[in-house]
Amino acid sequence: MIERAIAWALACGAVPALFGCATAPSDAETSAKAAQVLKASFKARGQAGLDRLDQDETQKLCTEYATKPLPKDVAERIEKMNLATIRWPADGKYAGDWKSGERIAQEGRGKQYSDDPAGPVGGNCYACHQLAPQEVSFGTIGPSLYQFGKTRGYTEETRKYAYGKIYNADAYSACSNMPRFGHKSILTEAQIKDVVALLTDPESPVNK
Amino acid sequence: MSTSGGWFPARIAIAVAALAAAAAAAAQTSAVDEIAKYRAALQDGNPADLWEARGEGLWKEPRGPAKVSLAKCDLGLGPGVVKGAYAELPRYFADADRVMDLEARIVWCMVKQQGYTEADARKNPFGAGNDKKSDLEALVAYVTSESRGVRMNVANSHPKEMEAYRLGEKMFYYRGGTHDFACATCHGETGKRIRLQDLPNLTTKDGAQKAYTTWPAYRVSQGELRTMEWRLNDCFRQQRFPELEYTSDAAIALTMFLAVNANGAAFDAPAIKR
Repeated sequence: MIERAIAWALACGAVPALFGCATAPSDAETSAKAAQVLKASFKARGQAGLDRLDQDETQKLCTEYATKPLPKDVAERIEKMNLATIRWPADGKYAGDWKSGERIAQEGRGKQYSDDPAGPVGGNCYACHQLAPQEVSFGTIGPSLYQFGKTRGYTEETRKYAYGKIYNADAYSACSNMPRFGHKSILTEAQIKDVVALLTDPESPVNK
Repeated sequence: MSTSGGWFPARIAIAVAALAAAAAAAAQTSAVDEIAKYRAALQDGNPADLWEARGEGLWKEPRGPAKVSLAKCDLGLGPGVVKGAYAELPRYFADADRVMDLEARIVWCMVKQQGYTEADARKNPFGAGNDKKSDLEALVAYVTSESRGVRMNVANSHPKEMEAYRLGEKMFYYRGGTHDFACATCHGETGKRIRLQDLPNLTTKDGAQKAYTTWPAYRVSQGELRTMEWRLNDCFRQQRFPELEYTSDAAIALTMFLAVNANGAAFDAPAIKR
């Protein structure tokens, strides 16, 4: 306890004018230090390089506002810059094959350092969403997408929204928990189309 | 359900659909129930006992180039005091001038007292079957078992302890990687799950207490006892981050954040998990 008392005095009480109080750094200073310590605490492994700890503008802002309300203008800025990243399909078709989409929704592998870089990469949609009712092992971090197409209508607009949302969720909802599958090159354009089909094809079990 | 066409009356089709939905819900509930029953059955005979016993032997056995036991290792309550020590970790150690979690402290004692090189002491933190048993996991099992029933009481009063807590809190919300995940993505809301796995909300006292006091744990799916450092390491793997270094400052800061949030709860591990 004596050691603790001395440390306190040194850090905080004795010479505050010179060194400041070590117990009260600003929030921004703590954030900067946390990022610095994080980067020194990881090592590159497999396909996961240290660059994965470098935050882009969206990640930086969403971290900054994680525990406080996101101001409206910041949210709009995030959504605008993410909307600009979406590359819409050149052929104008948003939906592919729902059966392939179901496999992509089930696949949890991809992008982990333990995964084969040449192996499958999935969307792992069921980890967070309910989709086809036959799959009872689904997570609840995201909303249920059961009957996604049926309730929204089997329209071009619904398919386009689904494509954009999967491509970059932050374009529609700033700081979404959902990965930006297209923008971060997790899924290919063809894979996104297949997942769109899973959600919007009248024949898909999601809409039964 | 392709039976709604033809002669099949619509009303029956609706009833069948409702039944199917009810069956799906029941299947899900029963899957969760079965897992709970499985856990309860295993609780009577937790294989973690084997790690605890091996760890106690390793703790008391003269080992390393210096051929001494860990009997003089100071886990914070004085040289050789194991009882209750884990419930007060992480803490600041003046001799190392660093905040340490249990695993960092064991490595430190192995180096300073038993004469191991840093590399040798930390070479196998996470075991893999009988061919690659981890002495560190066993030592952790033993030390933590000696805090079973003790209330978590991490001081968080030294400036470096308080700094570790604040950094750990920031790291918990740090988004990165290909998927934009932070710890908080999965552990920041109450009542959520991944697939059928319930997720503790580590930002609440209740959630942090339940989670923190049940690690380390024997993982049935892996046949291994896993430590808190392993838990963090594997979360980051699934977050698509690079690999968290064993006993790194980030690992200790996050552990500090969780341990302090768990203060007041009775420690109840090594536990058993799916």
